[in-house]
Amino acid sequence: RASVTSRYEMLYRSTTAQEEAALAAATAREADAALHPLQDATLGSLTMYVVSETSSLLPQGINVYVGKHRSALVRAVGSLAALQARLREVTQVMSFTASSIAAALSDRVPDGQLSPDARRYLKSSLGYEITFSLLNPDPKSHTVDWDIEGAVNRYVKPVLDKLSLVANFSVDSQILYYAVLGVTPRYDKESSSFLLSAHSLPHVINPVEARLGSSAASLYPVLNFLLYVPERSHSPLYIQDKDGAPVSTNAFHSPRWGGIMVYNVEAPASPQASLPLHVDVDMAQVMEVFLAQLRLLFGLSREEVPPKFLLDSPGNEGLADWELDHLLWAHTVENVATVSTTLTSLAQLLDKIGNIVIKDDVASEVYRAVASVQSAVAKLSLGHLQSAFQASKEAVTSSERAFFDPSLLHLLYFPDDQKFAIYIPLFLPMAVPILLSLAKIVRETRQRKKEPTKMD
Amino acid sequence: FQDQAEQFFRSGHTNNWAVLVCTSRFWFNYRHVANTLSVYRSVKRLGIPDSHIVLMLADDMACNPRNPKPATVFSHKNMELNVYGDDVEVDYRSYEVTVENFLRVLTGRIPPSTPRSKRLLSDDRSNILIYMTGHGGNGFLKFQDSEEITNVELADAFEQMWQKRRYNELLFIIDTCQGASMYERFYSPNIMALASSQVGEDSLSHQPDLGIGVHLMDRYTFYVLEFLEEIHPASQTNMNDLFQVCPKSLCVSTPGHRTDLFRRDPQNVLITDFFGSVRKVEITTETISLDRDVAGFESKFPEEELATEPLKYAEQLPVAQIIHQKPKQKDWHPPGGFILGLWALIIMVFFKTYGIKHMKHVF
Repeated sequence: RASVTSRYEMLYRSTTAQEEAALAAATAREADAALHPLQDATLGSLTMYVVSETSSLLPQGINVYVGKHRSALVRAVGSLAALQARLREVTQVMSFTASSIAAALSDRVPDGQLSPDARRYLKSSLGYEITFSLLNPDPKSHTVDWDIEGAVNRYVKPVLDKLSLVANFSVDSQILYYAVLGVTPRYDKESSSFLLSAHSLPHVINPVEARLGSSAASLYPVLNFLLYVPERSHSPLYIQDKDGAPVSTNAFHSPRWGGIMVYNVEAPASPQASLPLHVDVDMAQVMEVFLAQLRLLFGLSREEVPPKFLLDSPGNEGLADWELDHLLWAHTVENVATVSTTLTSLAQLLDKIGNIVIKDDVASEVYRAVASVQSAVAKLSLGHLQSAFQASKEAVTSSERAFFDPSLLHLLYFPDDQKFAIYIPLFLPMAVPILLSLAKIVRETRQRKKEPTKMD
Repeated sequence: FQDQAEQFFRSGHTNNWAVLVCTSRFWFNYRHVANTLSVYRSVKRLGIPDSHIVLMLADDMACNPRNPKPATVFSHKNMELNVYGDDVEVDYRSYEVTVENFLRVLTGRIPPSTPRSKRLLSDDRSNILIYMTGHGGNGFLKFQDSEEITNVELADAFEQMWQKRRYNELLFIIDTCQGASMYERFYSPNIMALASSQVGEDSLSHQPDLGIGVHLMDRYTFYVLEFLEEIHPASQTNMNDLFQVCPKSLCVSTPGHRTDLFRRDPQNVLITDFFGSVRKVEITTETISLDRDVAGFESKFPEEELATEPLKYAEQLPVAQIIHQKPKQKDWHPPGGFILGLWALIIMVFFKTYGIKHMKHVF
């Protein structure tokens, strides 16, 4: 029975002269930018600077400022014990907590007790396929143009580049015409707009999903981001949350699937404008929502931040360095757990079927998986996050390849007793007259041999 | 409303898959194909897309020379409903429906050249519906008149799926004679099973159509389908209602079910948890702010320019692996000459023992 323990290793030192100079900046953000080149920025490590209680670096009422790299500025308020507690809290926010590690392992619990609220963000995978789709149900009224290639180059690629350490990403896009949502929106007289209520949202996705398609060659999980331009007769269309208020982003997402955003087209100035209207989609606004949804699908939410914390926005990179670390910690632990259950189950299968044939390459994959996972566990205990993650990725690749090898189908290997059970009913009845006849022959030959001596 | 939301999240699955298998071929087994296609249509109507359905059919009904209405498969007499339709996507057809392929689909041990539509790409949050129909017996199910799958093999396949967390919950429905024997041996958690008849009973077919000349549907599936026609994606009907479908008075056989391996109470399990695809949805309340004036992006990890090779076919056969691997241990078969020799021996011994005079009685 395996278990996971975690600990933080804290080292304390005083600031260098260069760091003092950087901390003399006017705002926290400038200080953070100046401190960045002076830090040891290896994955998995954090640097925290404790500033005096009266420092003007942090705004009023804020005790902790978390930068977009791997550093934080902490105000020294209260006693030393309070400061240590706060430092610990900052570490937990920026890297991992015992519960976040347990959540990463929740689907690998061997006794089969899956709780329904267990982690619903994306599982660790070697790659993901991202598909952007534009749905235009009313091409007669709207001709929609979206510069998806430009938007992907300008906004999406920086984020995927940052995430390239985690997995391989492939991006495609498509435009679907006459694709309607599965739900008819309600007309609301007060706001003179159409509303989609929160409880009808789950039924929106299904009719569209059949037409979305995915790359036939890739086996990676697909994330779909849909941009829906409502029909002229149903414009403008707003999404209502559970309390009946319109949602500011006009978008919703589904765990492990993707997200949908509704893009409303402004009504033309003159009612006699010629159809179809030309629509140029504001890609920046759209990508802000889609990339936020991508973060949420991966589990990077900024909602549960403790009070008096200020988190710096990561800008166009999409996620801060410490959020990347957060993801890597969870994925490494998950990978190690996956490998151990895969190899255990493979060993049980091979034990059960005595005469199964294990090909050389399957055997070598298993050896490689075991070596990699041992190295990953060793590096994790030392806190070397990047090499631990790489080792865990190799271990997962090897163990999956070994487990899912087509030659290990248990159907192909009969136990010996089954072979006897098939052939005995065929040969035994045939053999009975032969054996009896052979016995008779032997008896006759013996008698004949005896007789000549008798005659004498 | 709050209750509805709670029940929504109770099952914990994020996607749905269906594996629908018809194990019979030939014209007189029309009803098995109609059974499977009717379940396929219901499952599609309730929202599961083709990409998440693995349909295994012999598919020799619609274009069978004996079919008086070509390109159709009917499920109701008087030809009310053509379940073959325009958009049936059969993943494994005709001779590809074998026990080996079925087990490969379930366990995932598929050769790398298999296309995505023929794979079961489920994960630990998938609810899978497995429907099987055909001719069966006590502990086995016949596949296309040439092989069979035993309940032990099926239970082992499900265990392999559980070990690799290839399902969250599994609903297994079987409509064959003595169907309950197929779920007797399951031992993996989170499986619920339904069968059309108990051990020792036969499942009967529903109604023949005099125009087509064969029985169109089996009774159990017919009544299950009538039940499913009333389900729509938002309905709250639970599994206990499905257990009541087709009592002995209508079905002649006694349908059975098994829920001891299932973690939740069947009262709380919605029909749409398995037959439909109702997504869990969250409103997006966060956004990020992007700097709009950014120019084209220079990647930190520039892709290396690979020397472009002339295109060629992907290797279907891993030649390097084959050359270096040890010869595969083949199953032992008695050599053909052995049988001939054996018979020669039998005849020789017979005539040696009982004398040559008996030969005239034989020839």
